[in-house]
Amino acid sequence: MRRLLVLGAGTAGTMVANKLSRRLDRAAWQITVVDQDDEHVYQPGFLLLPFGVYQPDDLVKPRRSVIRGGVDLVRGEIDRVNPELNEVLLGDGRRLGYDYLIIATGTTPRPDQTPGMLGSQWRKSIFDFYSLDGATALAGALQEFDHGRLVVHVTDMPIKCPVAPLEFTFLAEAAFRARGMRDRVEITYVTPLPGAFTKPIASQQLGSMLDDRKIAVEPDFMVERIDPETKTLISYDEREVPFDLLVTVPLNMGADYIARSGLGDELNYVPVDKHTLQSMAHGNIFAIGDASNIPTSKSGSAAHFSVEIFTGNFLRHVQGLPMTGTFDGHTNCFIEAGDGRGMLIDFNYDTEPLPGSYPVPGLGPFGLLRESTRNHWGKLAFRWLYWHVLLPGRPLPLPAHMSMAGKHVPKPPDDPDNVMTKEQP
Amino acid sequence: MSIATIGAASVHVDAEGFLTEYDEWNEDLGTQLAARIGIELTDVHWRVINFLRADYQTLGETATLRRVSIQADVPVKELFRLFPGKPAKKMAYIAGLPKPVGCV
Repeated sequence: MRRLLVLGAGTAGTMVANKLSRRLDRAAWQITVVDQDDEHVYQPGFLLLPFGVYQPDDLVKPRRSVIRGGVDLVRGEIDRVNPELNEVLLGDGRRLGYDYLIIATGTTPRPDQTPGMLGSQWRKSIFDFYSLDGATALAGALQEFDHGRLVVHVTDMPIKCPVAPLEFTFLAEAAFRARGMRDRVEITYVTPLPGAFTKPIASQQLGSMLDDRKIAVEPDFMVERIDPETKTLISYDEREVPFDLLVTVPLNMGADYIARSGLGDELNYVPVDKHTLQSMAHGNIFAIGDASNIPTSKSGSAAHFSVEIFTGNFLRHVQGLPMTGTFDGHTNCFIEAGDGRGMLIDFNYDTEPLPGSYPVPGLGPFGLLRESTRNHWGKLAFRWLYWHVLLPGRPLPLPAHMSMAGKHVPKPPDDPDNVMTKEQP
Repeated sequence: MSIATIGAASVHVDAEGFLTEYDEWNEDLGTQLAARIGIELTDVHWRVINFLRADYQTLGETATLRRVSIQADVPVKELFRLFPGKPAKKMAYIAGLPKPVGCV
């Protein structure tokens, strides 16, 4: 028997195990997936949970129920990978050998990495929403918040779902308006980036949406520490942003066992070839989803499109054939804008998000980089697709590679971050 | 892409003035690029610049602040003092490297 071992039964690990179990010869292959718990959480729901759209139970299913029969599911903590011996050591001493290893343990918010974040104000006036308990606690805090300074903050890039903190900001602003208290709240968006988002055209569009909603932006802010006594964010260049309610996205890091195994970069992401997801160091190790260092958004969408390419490549690779598929960094995501409206963006390694329509040029039904109620309903409908189409590894009728059809290229805005034009004497 | 004259040298630069050819850079050019953004290079600056140059040659991309801080052993706070305002961009500019992508 040939042994395929998948570490992590989240979005990427589950999709890949299910897809490969449909395609690999079951008599010749043993597929095993390892995870530390039995709760598969629909992570896109974290954004809407604080606003009462979902309850925690709406977002969780047992991992076993979304993994196909015939795939072994092992529960345990991963201690380390030993690539020389082709084996994985679990915390309780069990050893799992492999012929091929797929690392899919994602990325995790790490509030412990910023001094003061986990201090006396954690879950009192400082909240995160990228975890089920964080998002649930924040729902209560938002209910009670009736005036003061709301600060939405990103610690450092890259983060999982990089538009989510902006969406949270739009949704909070709309919720305060609906409750008739918008004039009693000051909202500030604090980011390490030079503007609202990472790519110029989308950044300009999203930046003007922040302006329209009277949300202040504090750009180029690299947080050094949080002072829980004075409730202040303090940056490395000694700027201070005071808050009454802080919603922060902590530093995101890959799993610690990756560092212990010598497989990661400084944030514990596995360096891979960005087109094949094959480890730069070991030919029989791949990293998929958020766990790798590929330069695209850490998101379920990128995981999905990359798994489509990866599956074909892997089937060739195990037959000794060259991998001919190349992942282009394709990602798309719905962006909640508040008031029941949403946007959609679609991009890859080389092409930034552009206006237009998706997936059918001119028809859509979804509008790219513009607000509509249809985009909002698309986002809500996606939860059903996630459980019933994406995770089981059924085909979704969307091309894995990004297409330029239906996109328009506007004149690029001036880069606000231009060192030369701004600071040249 | 265009050609810029920096001191006695003619080099290829992008729209923002970042060098586009790794091999067109030398230490003298680094000093002049630094002067253009108001920075006088000390030994610690050079430790950072030399790390960035070597790291780029190995990995093919410009190191992030966090990576520089860990690998070249210069605290992030110090990087902000050495290259005020936008340290990641300024370091890359002086080192003749593309501005760091990292953020997607």
